[in-house]
Amino acid sequence: MSEKQLMKGNEAFAEAAIRGGCRLYFGYPITPQNEIPEYMSRELDKVGGAFVQAESELAAVNMAYGGALTGKNVFLSSSSPGIALMQEGFSFMASAEIPMVILNVMRGGPGVGGIQPGQADYRQATRGGGNGDYHIPVYGPASIQETVNIIYDAVTLADRYRNPVIILADGMLGQMMEPIILPEARETVTEEEIRIQKPWALLGHQDKKERTVVKSLRLQPDDLENHNNKMHEKYIEMMEELPQYESYRLEDAEVVFVSFGSMSRIVREAMDHLAEQGIKAGMIRPISLWPFPNKAFDEISPKTKMVISAELSIGQMMDDVKCAVCGRFPVELLYRTGGMVPTPLEVVEKTKALLEVTK
Amino acid sequence: MATHKILIAGFGGQGIILIGQMLAYAAMMDNKEVTFLPSYGPEMRGGTANCTIVISDSPISCPLVDKATCLVVMNQPSLAKYEDMVEPGGTVFINSSLVKQGVKRSDLTEIAVEAGELAIGLGNEKMANIVMLGALIRKMNFVSEENMEKVLAKVFSGRKEHLLEGNRVAFHVVK
Repeated sequence: MSEKQLMKGNEAFAEAAIRGGCRLYFGYPITPQNEIPEYMSRELDKVGGAFVQAESELAAVNMAYGGALTGKNVFLSSSSPGIALMQEGFSFMASAEIPMVILNVMRGGPGVGGIQPGQADYRQATRGGGNGDYHIPVYGPASIQETVNIIYDAVTLADRYRNPVIILADGMLGQMMEPIILPEARETVTEEEIRIQKPWALLGHQDKKERTVVKSLRLQPDDLENHNNKMHEKYIEMMEELPQYESYRLEDAEVVFVSFGSMSRIVREAMDHLAEQGIKAGMIRPISLWPFPNKAFDEISPKTKMVISAELSIGQMMDDVKCAVCGRFPVELLYRTGGMVPTPLEVVEKTKALLEVTK
Repeated sequence: MATHKILIAGFGGQGIILIGQMLAYAAMMDNKEVTFLPSYGPEMRGGTANCTIVISDSPISCPLVDKATCLVVMNQPSLAKYEDMVEPGGTVFINSSLVKQGVKRSDLTEIAVEAGELAIGLGNEKMANIVMLGALIRKMNFVSEENMEKVLAKVFSGRKEHLLEGNRVAFHVVK
């Protein structure tokens, strides 16, 4: 284990990807994640990797797709409007079963929007912004350390499922600094090892081999249906294996928040203020956003009066919360949007107002 | 130890972010829990800059500060903007070289530091932030002087090593 160091979120995320084994990065600048391409342009070369600044996000995602076809681990990062441009590529990669680690340092939207923190890409990420029957595992970590760990683990997760993985951070996590411990760097994988571990990788025919074909075009509907069904089995496995969450003070909670990422940290402090005022509040913090940790909601006490989806978007996560609550408790919404971030005291006031209305 | 919530604000270019980061580094070296959150945006020299640092013995949930225990303002507009954000009983450090109208509230302790003038006296106005950092540490003991000395040496190393001695003097000018 390396020792504790103070790192800016974005730089730590880039380093986590390198230590996790990513050797290729393609990107196009966009705030608030510009420290990532900057870091990659400086550091990737030192570990035998390659950094390419593309001419657009559309180019970046397709370069990344091409790079990943060689079996090397690829890291792709952008922020909301840039990620929107990449959606076609995500759908293609999912269909072609190509691993990829994707980081979205979210900002306020829609459209070009602003550059302050947001979570309004929740629906796009968890439902899939591209076409077709596909899923991408989505994570919403709450600290720099947790984001680092998830990026590091996502490299092997993406390989194992042969599927992209998305991590949703935001401008706050990207720009802030916290002491962290970086994971040990994985060994660089050689071409020989890639040939053994990833028989699908396109590394040349070596004169004798049968052609390896990677594609997302399947013109025969029965062929495509079979393919989609095969992929769906993989998604069912993900739904079993990947749900992840943390719960706090659910016992006897009068009100239970559901919140992820930066917002969950604000809610966590608001919970202490509420406790001081005699209001027992608990929280479910989804770490995986797809698959959503539905089982967590079975832990909610029957005494709970209300579940509040607290998010930096207008009810995008609330759809999943309602689905998980399944009619057992009233579900309310507490949000800011467009780059506005509430303070803990604002969360306290809004919560009290919601409780007052339902009295 | 109580949790310290420190807000530092001033003009872009005054080294606001730098002293905030230095405080965070030293806090980590003191084995404290710490978060550093800068303002970010389409900002430039002469615009506004601020950052919040939370230092605690226990894990920090929220890096965002709605009530600061300590405010450091390097220019007049920042005091007007952030005075209301200080917790009753909190401390406000003002760079009295630029902040001519002091703290209005009676429930706050004001500590005036002639950071700009002192830095000019030492031959480099740009060191006003380090003068202020020294005053802040000495009066508030947020972090140990010993570790802050190490951070100074780390920040002013390599290409910036020629600035170390001057900044060391600036750091110690307020007793």
